[in-house]
Amino acid sequence: MKEKIRIAAAQGFWGDLPDAPVRQVEGGPIDYLMLDYLAEVTMSIMQKQKARDPNAGYARDFVPLMRRILPACVERGIKVTANAGGVNVRGCADAVVDVARDLGLGGKVRIGIVTGDDILPRIDELLSRGIELRNMDTGEPLSTVRDRIQSANAYLGAWPIVDALKTGAQIVITGRATDTGLTLAPMIHEFGWAADDWNRLASGTIAGHIIECGAQASGGNCQFEWRSIPNLADVGFPIAEASPDGTFIITKHQRTGGWVVIPGIKEQLVYEMGDPHEYITPDCVADFTTIQLEYEGRDRVRVFGIEGRPATQFLKVSISYSAGFKAVGTLVYSWPDAYDKAQAADRILRARLDRLGLKFDQVLTEFVGANATHGPLAGSPRNDAPEVQLRVGVRGENRSAIERFTKEIAPLILTGPPAVTGFAGGRPKVEEIVAYWPALIPKEEITPSVEVLDA
Amino acid sequence: MKVQLVKLAHARSGDKGDTANIGLIAFSDAIYPVLVREVTAERVKQHFKGICYGEVDRFELPNLGALNFLLHESLGGGGTLSLMTDAQGKTFSTALLRMEIDLPEDEAASLLASV
Repeated sequence: MKEKIRIAAAQGFWGDLPDAPVRQVEGGPIDYLMLDYLAEVTMSIMQKQKARDPNAGYARDFVPLMRRILPACVERGIKVTANAGGVNVRGCADAVVDVARDLGLGGKVRIGIVTGDDILPRIDELLSRGIELRNMDTGEPLSTVRDRIQSANAYLGAWPIVDALKTGAQIVITGRATDTGLTLAPMIHEFGWAADDWNRLASGTIAGHIIECGAQASGGNCQFEWRSIPNLADVGFPIAEASPDGTFIITKHQRTGGWVVIPGIKEQLVYEMGDPHEYITPDCVADFTTIQLEYEGRDRVRVFGIEGRPATQFLKVSISYSAGFKAVGTLVYSWPDAYDKAQAADRILRARLDRLGLKFDQVLTEFVGANATHGPLAGSPRNDAPEVQLRVGVRGENRSAIERFTKEIAPLILTGPPAVTGFAGGRPKVEEIVAYWPALIPKEEITPSVEVLDA
Repeated sequence: MKVQLVKLAHARSGDKGDTANIGLIAFSDAIYPVLVREVTAERVKQHFKGICYGEVDRFELPNLGALNFLLHESLGGGGTLSLMTDAQGKTFSTALLRMEIDLPEDEAASLLASV
């Protein structure tokens, strides 16, 4: 058994720094590269892409990235775990196989494919058997949005990824797998942890939580003494150095920017946290109130003492559904009296929308530079502000009403208050809203599947 | 005397649906029990009047010197439904740091010295 493994985070979301994975591979020793691509509504975007083109439906960036780093990964034995497969895991894996052969790495790369998360074709059958897939937040039954569903995926945990690694796969590509599972699986695989070793599973899960948002654990978006954080231009992404006993060290490559400090790790630990006593994943329930932190050197924080409890009998399901349309229009008003002018423009705009008889589910006005982020807590807006941006958003089921709204913004320049600019981008775009519906499904309903492809 | 939380703590916030979460982290061990005493769920609900329309839950993490708050019905429907600039509640952290708590002079002085 290895004494320690180094798992490097390389993408905190689909669209994170493009060179981060390359720098993690080139910047020093690592054993695993972990890439999290899937936000809550990403699956629905991919589902749409696949409907138009059966070869699409996955994180396309992953393939050119593999072209850049695969030779180094093969040479140094670095394994990759990524939920880049979206709703077309096989298509993603096929594309990576082509890249491997192209690079002359045929016979040297095995790819593990984890599927079984996609329950879109099974929705009616599940509902008919009384599995209601009620919205976890609102309690509503799924039948209220049944005809508008665009994607439905269960979150798979670490174990199917472990099975894929056991086949000798160098790259494991999943669909909707939890971001924490992508980090925990290598630890289970390398250290032989048992399925009921709850404390260690919770440790690996928390390691995953810390590094899953990329540089947010190594100096990015860090409030603590933010002016002192060195060289964010060259920020190093976090690396979890895990030990067989479940303890781990968060660090980053030497000679990179950013920092790994206890206050920064604490900020990431509380990020998107619910009840800290029960952080629920498919693999375990982790207790964040047991986490201990200490320095083990510069840019090295040791994490230990973590306790966990048995996993629940359910998996979370992420369902996306079409929920109408929205558009946001903006204009910028300058000194003097910028805030008063922006307010006046908002009143004029709303009067015109009323006169047109347009109906919206919601109209929201914000004044950027005055109160858009802190609302009433920001105090009374000052009229000597150098500029204020008027930002008006509308939302509704009726696309033509939203379209009409987008035509009412630019005319305010010639027909409203003075000293206004900021319309260079043209008319606001009408966006289809794809909303998120979280639900639970009994674990026995989901059977993960693991396949292997050899380049 | 009134002390603003920004002098005593740092924070990070995020979203789960229409709920914003704010983790409030004490700058020192001495400050944490004062946050537990002063920054109650009720006070946070008052502070976010006109922003948070639901309940506020509070959880304690003494091991991290941190409190976690859940502010329900705060993000204009949440996720893609929200029209807000800050639909993900990212800046709720600093909005909480605007809160002022009233402390005896000597306690305030010793806490500020502990940072």
